[in-house]
Formats: sequence, structure tokens, C-alpha cells
Amino acid sequence: MYIDPHIHMVSRTTDDYRAMALAGCVAITEPAFWAGYDRSSAQGFVDYFRLLTDTEPRRAAQFGIRHHTWLCINPKESEDIGLAREVLAEIPSFLDRPNVLGIGEIGLNKNSRNELTVLHEHIALAAKHQLMILVHTPHLEDKLKGTRLIMDAIREHGIDPGRVLIDHVEEHTVGEVLRRGFWAGMTLYPDTKCTPQRAVDIFEMHGTERLWINSAADWGVSDPLAVPKCQQEMRGRGHLEAAVRKVSFENPFRFLSQSGRFSTGR
Amino acid sequence: MSIPLKAREVADRYFLEHRAKVLDLAAFLDRYDRAAQAGGEPTTDRSEDVRMRAMVAAIRQLVDGQPDRARRVLELWSDHSTEPIDRAPMKGAIGAAPLQDR
Repeated sequence: MYIDPHIHMVSRTTDDYRAMALAGCVAITEPAFWAGYDRSSAQGFVDYFRLLTDTEPRRAAQFGIRHHTWLCINPKESEDIGLAREVLAEIPSFLDRPNVLGIGEIGLNKNSRNELTVLHEHIALAAKHQLMILVHTPHLEDKLKGTRLIMDAIREHGIDPGRVLIDHVEEHTVGEVLRRGFWAGMTLYPDTKCTPQRAVDIFEMHGTERLWINSAADWGVSDPLAVPKCQQEMRGRGHLEAAVRKVSFENPFRFLSQSGRFSTGR
Repeated sequence: MSIPLKAREVADRYFLEHRAKVLDLAAFLDRYDRAAQAGGEPTTDRSEDVRMRAMVAAIRQLVDGQPDRARRVLELWSDHSTEPIDRAPMKGAIGAAPLQDR
């Protein structure tokens, strides 16, 4: 049994839902993200939020998987502050939907001033509505700098770091994220993030407190079964089943349950 | 949470996988050099491509005998500036920041 706490099912097939259910997936959370192209208007995001709060939960339910979501305009589309503010204004009308856990995946992409402005406005929205936050950290060479800028921004708003998950950590960011009291997510994604082997190395070096794994599977070359493959890697090394369960079920369950809306349906 | 495997078991479990990755890396450098030579450009060791310079620097770190190689390689490839940039020049990332000024 496992939870994939970060996956973009809008980009995946129904066959993927079936394979995930067969592999033991009982619940997922799907943050709003970049669709691979820039949307031309705020209305495009409204339709996307309808999909995340209505269509995907029904599609997941066919396979006994509970679907939850996080709403935002992602940092890749935040350079246009005017559009970002129009989208931010639409988010409150979706916050009462039963599968909305909070604001996400917000963060930075290229660490620009406009991205940072829009990040602050998202954090303020989360603070105003007492919502949890799921953070996207930048890719590759931009990750270290961006992760620090994001954590500083969240601290400025007085948000409890225990209600914030900083995602896509790797060996050079995980220690600082955990030391500052945040939760950390390791993304099992080919080429640009962690492999299952490296994720298990990080557990062995940093422990399993406030740390989870996710696939972030999306429209790119990615793997919706990455979490069970990481479970398999842990078992292959001889880690106890309790440790496997902790990182792939209990930790995400504990963090996400702070929202008051997360359920595995069991 | 310690590693349950002994060193010999780590080698038994992972050596062939990483032997193949080392060969992939060697072949990639050879491929780059053949293309560079054909185009009259500098080969790997003298390449002006920031990614190739970063790759060579990282390979040197792998054999320096120091621990935490993965963390140190990621830090080597990271942008260490601290201020936001004025405007995002593109959406993607290339994988390594320029090595100068470190």
C-alpha cells in the first residue's frame, strides 16, 4: 500500500490509474502545474481547476484511489504578473471543494523577481486562508539558490514550516530543508531528479523523519510507478517493512492529514 | 537509519549497473570529441561549453577520495548567487551553472 503525494494525472492515461491501483496506490495528490505550454488567459486555469477538483477525482475513484489537489499558477507562468494575479483571484472560489488541500505547487523556476513576487502573493493567500503549501523547487543548477529564496520567503510570512512540503529535494538541499523545520519530498524522476537508489541513499543518510517520496509523473518521460519501485529498492537492500511503510504511506499520511481533508478512504 | 548492506554486497548489487554507466560516460566523451574534432572545435578538456567544463570538473571530484560526492557534484553545478535575477530568460535549465567565480 502506498500514497503518491505528487503526480500529474491530467497528463496520464486511465491505464496508469489501473496500474497504480494494482501496485497498491490508495491515494494521490495532484498539484497544479505547467501544462507544457503557456495558457492564454485566466479562464484556461479556471477550466484546469475544474478538472482538478471534479474530473480527476471521479476518474481516480473508478480504481479505488482517493484524489486530492493543490491550486496555484505555477512559477513557469509567473513571469507575467498580470496573468498571475488574475489566476490568483480565481483560486478562492475553488477552496471549498472537498479535495483541495492547499496552495501548490508554488515556488520558483528561474529565480526571477516576478516569480518571487507571485510566490509571495501565493504564500499570503495560503496564510489568509490557513492553508497548507506544497512547494516546487527549481530545476538543476537553479535548485540550490531557489530553494533558499523560497524558504526565506515563507519564513517572512510567519508560516509554520511543519505545514509546508518543499519538494524535489536532492543531496545538496535536503539537509538544509529539514534543518529549517520543513517537510521534504524526493521526486523519483528520470535524468533530472532522484533515482530510487539515490532516494534510499538519502533516507540512509538523513533518516526518515519529515521526508517522503513521489513520482511527479507528468507529460514528460516519467514513471507513475516510481514509488512502488522505490519501495522495492528499499526491500532489496534489506530495510524493514516498517521503514518502507513509513516513507511511502505514514509520512505523507501524517503531513497531508493536517489539511483536515486528506483521506485514503480506508 | 543505516545501510543494511555490507560493502561487498553493495558492489555485488550495483557494480554491473554502474560499470555500464561509466562506459556510457566514456562513450559520450568520445562522441563529443569526435564531433568537436570534425568541426575543428576544442575537445572535452578544452571545451568552452559550460556543461562539458562542469562534467570534467565533476569527474575529477569523483576520484578525490572525499565523501559526499553526490552532494558536492550538485553543489559544483549549482548557481551560487543569492539575489533574484531581473527576468527569466527561458523556462528550462541546462544542468550546470558556469564554473568561473567559484
